[in-house]
Amino acid sequence: MNQPNEITMHLDHALSARGASIPPETSDPVFTLDNVSVYYSDYEAIRNVTLPIGRNEITAFIGPSGCGKSTLLRSFNRMNDLIPGAHLKGTVAYHGTDIYGPNVDPIEVRRKVGMVFQKPNVFPKSIYENVAYGPKVNGTKGNLDDLVEECLTRAALWNEVKDDLKKSAYALSGGQQQRLVIARCIAVKPEVILMDEPCASLDPLATAKIEDLMVELASEYTIIIVTHNMQQAARVSDRTAFFTAELDENEIRHGRLVEFGRTRELFSSPTDPRTEDYISGRFG
Amino acid sequence: MSHLQLTNQLAGKGTPLRDRIFMWLLFLSLAIGVFTLAVLLTYVTIKGWPRLDIRLFTNMPSVRDPENAGAQSAITGSIWVISFTALVALPTGVMAALYLEEFARPNSRSQRFIEVNIQNLAAVPSIVYGILGLAVFARALALGQSVITAALTLALLVLPVIIISTREALRAVPRNIRDGSLALGATEWQTAYRQTLPAAIPGIATGTILALSRAIGEAAPLLLLGAVSFITFNPDGVLSDYTTLPIQIFNWTKDSREEFQVLAAATIVVLLLILLAMNFVAIWIRNKTQKRW
Ligand SMILES: Nc1ncnc2c1ncn2[C@@H]1O[C@H](COP(=O)(O)OP(=O)(O)OP(=O)(O)O)[C@@H](O)[C@H]1O
Ligand SMILES: [Mg+2]
Repeated sequence: MNQPNEITMHLDHALSARGASIPPETSDPVFTLDNVSVYYSDYEAIRNVTLPIGRNEITAFIGPSGCGKSTLLRSFNRMNDLIPGAHLKGTVAYHGTDIYGPNVDPIEVRRKVGMVFQKPNVFPKSIYENVAYGPKVNGTKGNLDDLVEECLTRAALWNEVKDDLKKSAYALSGGQQQRLVIARCIAVKPEVILMDEPCASLDPLATAKIEDLMVELASEYTIIIVTHNMQQAARVSDRTAFFTAELDENEIRHGRLVEFGRTRELFSSPTDPRTEDYISGRFG
Repeated sequence: MSHLQLTNQLAGKGTPLRDRIFMWLLFLSLAIGVFTLAVLLTYVTIKGWPRLDIRLFTNMPSVRDPENAGAQSAITGSIWVISFTALVALPTGVMAALYLEEFARPNSRSQRFIEVNIQNLAAVPSIVYGILGLAVFARALALGQSVITAALTLALLVLPVIIISTREALRAVPRNIRDGSLALGATEWQTAYRQTLPAAIPGIATGTILALSRAIGEAAPLLLLGAVSFITFNPDGVLSDYTTLPIQIFNWTKDSREEFQVLAAATIVVLLLILLAMNFVAIWIRNKTQKRW
């Protein structure tokens, strides 16, 4: 059996030092979700989410499996467009512009909003080519050496790979691959980085490196991270959104946003009993 | 499970009789195939042995001088025809597969119709392609009995196989490679062209080589298309007359003289070696590039 107190204590300990300087309300949102529901054909996977994403903040999405965290995350860069039958209601406003509006090119959105996946999905190319790929497809001409070095340095990988830039990215360890994916992502100079369980396939040491990196990157980027790891959410995030999947009046499961707030407060004094159950480990 | 039962199972004892009979049947089927192939190979090699020498490659066929006749024009003819077959079928097949796999709306009615048709085309007897080639390329387009007529016809013949194997190779490229590319702001076309296609090249190469090795052994459609069986010069262009190895073999085996039978056997060995080499290359590519994800 889990000892709820012990766990919350542990989380208290983990809470990031950044938390103190976060204002209670998001003052300068990069994204504002208003009543967003995402559907897979007829199935409403997540319902009526209203949520701001603060600039240069790390926002964590937590909640049980299947509550629609990934689904919601993918709606920030229109990756759901690629799934046949997926569609969205409500507005996802990026600096006030609805990214699902009629004149918005999803390609433009994805250049501004990068994504890091659960399993490191490096391309079957050299380390150099992995980083240079984004700028190349976006039309950057000329020598990319400086950019590649800069991005690998930002992703805390340069020292480990600087002599092997021509080697296949598959030769790297899982943790290195994930940092390469982050380097590849920032090479396009996005404003927002979405991360869907970026450490799920990594060992604790590699996880710690990625977490340090996230905090480091938050000074320049806005980050949204989905995680199953409570400690991780507590350690790195400034704000946390807790989702759950519940049956509605027609006995159909939908994901719902239960509680959103500063990570510090959400973990130490959750207002909703479901949040408390979940973060203290009493939830399935 | 007791210790005794475990050791029995490890030793292969205690397998039910029914299972053992089934295993033997499977093995027997395999043995029949391998045995037949071995007998065939041994037979032609022994029979063709006296003529398996350099003259086969340096000399032209001859009706009067079977002792010194060779198959040079057939070997060069086969190379010409198969090269142009590949030149036509490979880009067409790969582009068709890329369209079907990456761009066409999946599961639409037209998509399914096309899919069934490609499957069916792969099973159409080669002689039917010969008739088509004769009507369209030789007659309607007035290309006559030329290398290009043969190449275009064989290209149609291998196209469905290339499309099918290319689609399989494309499908084997994991979804997350495409997602990674699209998430960086690449277009679908850039993703297909710069990620999916290069990643699928080993599979495409393997499929294409196997398809071409089928085409190189074809005689039936070329007989219809009027591959001339007695040619004593090498092709000098796509409109040139030509003969190919299977045609040459067919022609020699029709001749009752023993020398020509030996010559045919020797040429069969050459054709088989070419086929084996092509298959070997295909397997080599597959092994070399296996499982990167
Ligand atoms: N491509 C899809 N097509 C149809 N339904 C989907 C698709 N992807 C997800 N779903 C459904 O939508 C719901 C939410 O899925 P989602 O992957 O967003 O959950 P999640 O919170 O990310 O879960 P996990 O923590 O396990 O990753 C689930 O019921 C899932 O079955
Ligand atoms: Mg998920």
